[in-house]
Amino acid sequence: MRLTRRYRFSASHRLHAPALDEQRNREIYGKCNNPYGHGHDYTLEVVVAGEPEGATGRLIALGALDGLVESVIIKTMDRRDLNSQVEEFGGLVPTTENLAAVVAARLAAAWPGAFAGAAARLEKVRIHETKRNIFEVSLGQREAAGEVGSDGPGTHIKANQ
Amino acid sequence: MLITRQVEFSASHTCSSPALDRAANEALYGAEANPQGHGHNFVLEVTLEGEPDAVTGMIVDLKQVKEVLEQEVVEPMDHRHLNREVAPFDRVVPTPENLALEIWRRLEPRFAGTPARLKQIRLFETEDLWVDYEGRR
Repeated sequence: MRLTRRYRFSASHRLHAPALDEQRNREIYGKCNNPYGHGHDYTLEVVVAGEPEGATGRLIALGALDGLVESVIIKTMDRRDLNSQVEEFGGLVPTTENLAAVVAARLAAAWPGAFAGAAARLEKVRIHETKRNIFEVSLGQREAAGEVGSDGPGTHIKANQ
Repeated sequence: MLITRQVEFSASHTCSSPALDRAANEALYGAEANPQGHGHNFVLEVTLEGEPDAVTGMIVDLKQVKEVLEQEVVEPMDHRHLNREVAPFDRVVPTPENLALEIWRRLEPRFAGTPARLKQIRLFETEDLWVDYEGRR
């Protein structure tokens, strides 16, 4: 069984790769390269897999999941500028591919501490940048090891644009 | 090929386990543990798998699917208090997880032996919380 919980946060970003010149950046990122940035109301879906526990009927303690996402993601990203205020984007373009990978890595890193001994596992992270752009990361060995963005989006990221 | 039919039902429930005390129930279920109950507009998506019939071009007659969902889910659960009126929720906590298991248990045999196999159910408790179940694998 899978349980999906949806969260929301709003943030600004600018897509600009320092390795490329101004013109190339404008060509690649278009409006998203606007030097002053722009923002989105992101929707985050956290997919957890497991089986409901007999006595409680819960696959995961929902309050604990909400608390984890609040402290690890929402508190540090909601109403922030991703480029200048979220650590990982110091050297990483905050495309929603990279954002999904960062969110997945943060949740994967905090998971064992928050849900020690629980059978429920973090399976997927999905981020809706807008109604039309949706990005999904399946949690594999790579995210679990906390490696993110080193070689850009990999095949495990599915983007529907 | 997959085909999905959606139905809605509105019901009240309270989520608390007799195995836990009041404080533990509130810690685990939050506001869902309110002993007086509360309600949701549940949305159920039922996905069937099969191949279109060569003559009719249909996997399954959707009128029949609608009827099965009406009999097994809507009629017994819509505008009911799950804990008080719908077995087994007098003794099983009606979390969306358990509700999905029960709906699967009711629907699966109704499609056994037909060209359409029950593939997955998705139950939304709210638009921000849903469960998917594909049976025991």
